[in-house]
Amino acid sequence: MAEALIKVGMADLKASAHPSGLTTLGLGSCVGISLYDAGTKVIGMAHIMLPDSKHVRDGVNKAKFADTAVEALVGEMLGLGARKGHMVAKLAGGAQMFALSVTTDLMKVGLRNAIAAKDALKAMGIPVVAEETGGSFGRTIELYSVNGRLLIKTIGHGMREL
Amino acid sequence: MGGSVFDPAYFDILKEIGNIGAGNAATSLAKMIGRKVDMSIPKVQIVGFGEVADILGGAEKEVIGILVAIGGDVSGLIMFIADRADADKVLDMLLGDARGPGPGYGEMEASALKEAGNIMTGAYVGALSMLTGLRIEPSIPDLSADMAGAILSVPAIMFGQVGDHVLFIETRFEGETSVSGNFFLIPDHGSYGVLLKALGVD
Repeated sequence: MAEALIKVGMADLKASAHPSGLTTLGLGSCVGISLYDAGTKVIGMAHIMLPDSKHVRDGVNKAKFADTAVEALVGEMLGLGARKGHMVAKLAGGAQMFALSVTTDLMKVGLRNAIAAKDALKAMGIPVVAEETGGSFGRTIELYSVNGRLLIKTIGHGMREL
Repeated sequence: MGGSVFDPAYFDILKEIGNIGAGNAATSLAKMIGRKVDMSIPKVQIVGFGEVADILGGAEKEVIGILVAIGGDVSGLIMFIADRADADKVLDMLLGDARGPGPGYGEMEASALKEAGNIMTGAYVGALSMLTGLRIEPSIPDLSADMAGAILSVPAIMFGQVGDHVLFIETRFEGETSVSGNFFLIPDHGSYGVLLKALGVD
């Protein structure tokens, strides 16, 4: 891992050409959408916070919502020469950080984010080849252009590769 | 709805609530641990999502978060976040030798932290209630120890439906041992108006 990892913030998305690595730190209820084109090795990552932009007043930041983020991310990757038909997706995050049984939809937002991300990918015709969503713990993810592997790091819940 | 979180008058009042709340919290905390606790003037800030994690020491920094739902005249969430190291200091003061072995939190540690969180959030709720005359009922607190980014995703998502910034109050408690705490108040959409009106900012 000679190349430095490029950071993707919360409600942020980035695409990058080979050789490179993308990372987003401390995913909780947010979902990290990682895209990889095995042909050109172009990678992309989005750190989305909410399922969809339709019910929200502030829909300016495309990276914030699953529906708009997937579209924008694919667009940026195409700009780097990637081909949509070659893209595969890996998902991580969507945890429920607090067990608090409040009757607000907010508590299920992790689950809703994961579902919305899958719907958005399906609409674009991009298959989800690996997924680790849910649970009640945070995740840091790292995506590498070399082979499209996704590394998941946690505090107290191990480390693994998708 | 004339005002918003960014309204300067509203901001000043939140600062005042932060001051009174922190004062109450310091008194309660001192009672709980049986030692004198002073507090610094709280820092009230409106910052972007990314910056909040940075203020806490980065998105991967290990913190504890205590979440309380509020109901009554206004509904929303209150979150109290402290550095894992600071939470450990509080546990040492509260439990002393009774603390369980190992770095993880057992049943007793979790319940002691929830109780401390209960007192802290209760102090702020008391201040808010007093200044607004509104009835605010806090729920039983819930605890999570994990990465700052992951814990902050909860208030960030709630704020995220309104804008790209969050409002938070940082307080430093000084005594024989110094402990820092960060406090978020996140009213539901509909409750902003109620709060603003009660605060006379409408």
